[in-house]
Amino acid sequence: MDGFLFIAFPYIALILAIGVGIYRRRRRPYTYSSLSSQILENRKLFWGSVPWHYGITLILLAHLFAALFPGLAGWVLGGRIRLLVLELTGIALAFYALFGLIVLIIRRLPSNSRVRHATSYMDGILLGFFLIQVATGLGIAIFERWGSLWYLRTAVPWFWSLVKLHPEIATVTSLPGIVKLHFVLGFAIILLFPFSRLVHLVMFPLQYLWRPYQVVVWNRRGRKVTAESTEVMR
Amino acid sequence: MNVRSQVSMVFHLDKCIGCHTCSLACKNLWTDRPGTEYMWWNNVETKPGTGYPTLYEDQEQYHGGWVVEDGKLRLKLGSRPTELVNISFNPRLPTLDDYYEPWTYHYKELIEAGPGDDQPVAKPISMITGEEMEIEAGPNWDDDLSGSPIYAENDPNLRKVMNEEERRQFFELQQLVYFYLPRICNHCLNPSCVAACPSGAIYKRGEDGIVLVSQEKCQGWRMCVSGCPYKKVYFNWNTGKAEKCILCYPRLETGQAPACMHSCVGKIRYLGVLLYDADRIEETASKPDAELVDAQREIILDPFDPKIIRKALADGVDQKVVDAAQRSPVYKYVKAWRLALPLHPEWRTLPMLFYVPPLLPVTATLTAQGRHELDPNFFSSLESARMPVRYMASLFTAGDERMVITVYKKLLAGRIFKRAQTVGDIPMERASQALEEAQLTEREVEEIYHLTALAAFEEMFVIPPMLREVAIQMGVDPHEFQEERGAGFVQLPARGL
Repeated sequence: MDGFLFIAFPYIALILAIGVGIYRRRRRPYTYSSLSSQILENRKLFWGSVPWHYGITLILLAHLFAALFPGLAGWVLGGRIRLLVLELTGIALAFYALFGLIVLIIRRLPSNSRVRHATSYMDGILLGFFLIQVATGLGIAIFERWGSLWYLRTAVPWFWSLVKLHPEIATVTSLPGIVKLHFVLGFAIILLFPFSRLVHLVMFPLQYLWRPYQVVVWNRRGRKVTAESTEVMR
Repeated sequence: MNVRSQVSMVFHLDKCIGCHTCSLACKNLWTDRPGTEYMWWNNVETKPGTGYPTLYEDQEQYHGGWVVEDGKLRLKLGSRPTELVNISFNPRLPTLDDYYEPWTYHYKELIEAGPGDDQPVAKPISMITGEEMEIEAGPNWDDDLSGSPIYAENDPNLRKVMNEEERRQFFELQQLVYFYLPRICNHCLNPSCVAACPSGAIYKRGEDGIVLVSQEKCQGWRMCVSGCPYKKVYFNWNTGKAEKCILCYPRLETGQAPACMHSCVGKIRYLGVLLYDADRIEETASKPDAELVDAQREIILDPFDPKIIRKALADGVDQKVVDAAQRSPVYKYVKAWRLALPLHPEWRTLPMLFYVPPLLPVTATLTAQGRHELDPNFFSSLESARMPVRYMASLFTAGDERMVITVYKKLLAGRIFKRAQTVGDIPMERASQALEEAQLTEREVEEIYHLTALAAFEEMFVIPPMLREVAIQMGVDPHEFQEERGAGFVQLPARGL
């Protein structure tokens, strides 16, 4: 069972996320969208969307940073004060994200609300998964103390063993159930990524910071052309 | 200089009867799908009024368009990093309540209601939730000044140019005056929706200047909706994509006028090509408020000037397009006669839809015999016009009243001249005097009169050949196309796996 959950399942999730994600982007680009519902409902969205996005993005980045640079992360967490501050920050961010998530769920519940009408089954599944995932994450942070440290010695080696195609699951199988659930759910969310609105995550438009303001597209060839025959107006 | 062509429009407001036929033609053609029910790519507003979406002209609320800071053009929406920070919640987005909640009626109740003492009633139901709803507002709820205390009195332009007392007088019944303002996308030269789009999904077509949203690139970040000061980009809540007026390009490409123009009952709409200098866009849009209208006229080039024609051809404008530009009714109204003005030039998007301001109401005085007669001092009445000139200036010239008066003098002189000619109750010398004062020649008046009152379809809509066949041939060899995939396929019809 552990073999499936911690070896096969992560591979299936990752392969589908990348494969289907790329296929969808290339062949069904029209289906890529953040599917914003702000125009239908604005006030609750503010209290939901802002805490959720900022909270979860920072937490995700912390997970990613520690996984990519375990040595550096270990050094940062080395001091007692620094460890305490970072753990508390993490817990605060988790509460922040959880608060936003609950507002987002409440926002979609009333059967006569406009947003409810624009809610798909996949939106419901996503919100449910996120709720459990954030709750388990928060539970781990509170009841299984100093997760930021033992994460480096348990989950990170497992990630890297998966990357190196030489899976070693010994470091994670002996962990408490709540932690294992958190890991599996994490990959379940990766699995959902290409089949849901989550794809908007990779479309974050960083290129906006440097692209020219105006975009002019020509039908004709033989002009100054860049990719996709767009000529930049100046 | 870099000469480009732009399909542009003129709306003659004196002729608009506010019938909304344009809006319906557009709605039936383009926005009858789920998610687009509330969109009116073409809408007709009563002025004074708050418009659609309500108060869209209040840029302190919506932050649309451009501002000049330290001599540089910037989006009023904020810097690029600000936009990315606000991407999960756009604080400047109008919501459905600012437009209206679209509805239909439970018509079945009319048929299925059981016997009773009262007439059965079809209850309104929301087109979004499908639930019964209370109708609170519609896209033209302020039509013909209805609900004036809510709508007309809160018109941002009116508030800018009149104090409370003046506004009270304005809304006295005998004084009431209004006109219609039909609006579509302006297909601007310096579009702020394009600049605001984080994904770079909105673009201007090089050949004809039509501004479009790439439905495949759009990710639903909604910044274009806020960025456009005219609120002419809409968010489709069903597909999660932005949509806007496409100037009926599929119709234009087959030589037909856009649906709103084709169906216009008052024949108020004109369409034609303008040549302009693309190198001076930024410079023009950065001018001080008072110079904006003139600068925009300046950037539009004379299609009869041999030097311009040579440069246009060198820059890839087709000879046929130059020919169309020479016959363009828009060129006449905007540049030759200087009668048509852009809507809210102070937003600095260089809109390419121009309006001939309405000369209304007729500035006449009541004589002892109970007849309305034209003021003998024909132009002095302009200052005391019931719809104040400064209101028009707030709409069309960024506050410059002289420019509106110049246009009015021409319109009025034309009427006086034609009246002298056809009715004969005004001596011709006085009519000529009016022409002189308005700096118009008789020939010009005849031309204006012809294009305004008599022009036929082909003169009102000079649609340039869009040359799609040339464009396609330059991208794909038609023979190759034919032998490879045949007609009817966008993607290569490959044999299945």
